[in-house]
Amino acid sequence: MKGIVRENPVFVILLGLCPTLGVTSSAINGLGMGIATLFVLVMSNSVISLVKNLIPDKVRIPSFIVIIASFVTVVQLLMAAYTPALNEQLGIFIPLIVVNCIVLGRAEAFASRNTLWASTLDGLGMGIGFTFALTLLGSIRELLGSLSIFGFKLFDADGILVFVLAPGAFITLGFIIAVMAWIKKKNTVKH
Amino acid sequence: MEYLVIIISTIFINNIVLAKFLGICPFLGVSKNTSTAVGMGGAVIFVMTISTIMTYLVHHFILIPLNIAYMQTVTYILVIAFLVQVVEIVLKKVSPDLYQALGVYLPLITTNCTILGVAILVIQNQFNLFESVVFAIGNSVGFTLAIAIFSSLREQLEMSDLPEYMQGIPAALITASILSMAFMGFAGLV
Repeated sequence: MKGIVRENPVFVILLGLCPTLGVTSSAINGLGMGIATLFVLVMSNSVISLVKNLIPDKVRIPSFIVIIASFVTVVQLLMAAYTPALNEQLGIFIPLIVVNCIVLGRAEAFASRNTLWASTLDGLGMGIGFTFALTLLGSIRELLGSLSIFGFKLFDADGILVFVLAPGAFITLGFIIAVMAWIKKKNTVKH
Repeated sequence: MEYLVIIISTIFINNIVLAKFLGICPFLGVSKNTSTAVGMGGAVIFVMTISTIMTYLVHHFILIPLNIAYMQTVTYILVIAFLVQVVEIVLKKVSPDLYQALGVYLPLITTNCTILGVAILVIQNQFNLFESVVFAIGNSVGFTLAIAIFSSLREQLEMSDLPEYMQGIPAALITASILSMAFMGFAGLV
């Protein structure tokens, strides 16, 4: 469960930044993308930990990629069927979960060496951490950009439009990481 | 004329890194100095052009006739991974110089989401083969331009005096943000 804060995949290890920046123009998009990735992470981690002894070491990575890609296709078809609006919004970033470094990274670093139960939990922890990061980033950008949260308008005024556009993504993430580093430093000084 | 529009819009207006957020990992990862950044850019141009042609052909001559277009993601990633290996082996034999220059970046490219992203976008936009090639070249040149500018900015950043917790990634991200704002200025071009 270290994945949620201390080893948060986005803020601390800096993995999976493309979807992090690309889809977080609103909190709901961030949450949707987070859950899609969470599903793929949990499923691929558990399947890989089950078949790890059957796969020869040399073709390990390609096999992992095929397993991951299959689950991504499952998610893609499910989302197209049940949440077409969200699917439209997230667009190309759903198939791109395949090349999200978090998924392959956890498969290689964790699931290929650990038991089914531990790998599933690891996938769950990392997935929740990722979802948390995306939702936080999405909420901040939505709040500053259009003064609303999860689609509810807080004030009847225009926000700072740039936060919804591309530059806002970079700058918000930059400040979040800086704040995390600052908090960490303050804590280590205290102890 | 139409091809010119595709080129300009992919390089400047809808820059793949700064406006579409694809390929952020190599953008932040290999941009610490200009020569490696340009090397990575060169490798991306090379692989993206070939892989887009390959995935286009696979899509239209294998997936569509067999009626399994939903297998897109799985097939593409395999084609790309396979292609990167082939390119590496061929380059090593045919042009050792080019291999020296691009070799180390090739394995990293499989997980570069620009390659898979462009392959999927080409199908979504329903381009023909020639338009797809132009689109791939434009996007990869856009990637190279962005990473080259960004790396030279970061070299300057190394020398500046920043608060301790802003150093490294946070400062780089804020620089990227300003660069992305600058690229928004191209919006009225086409």
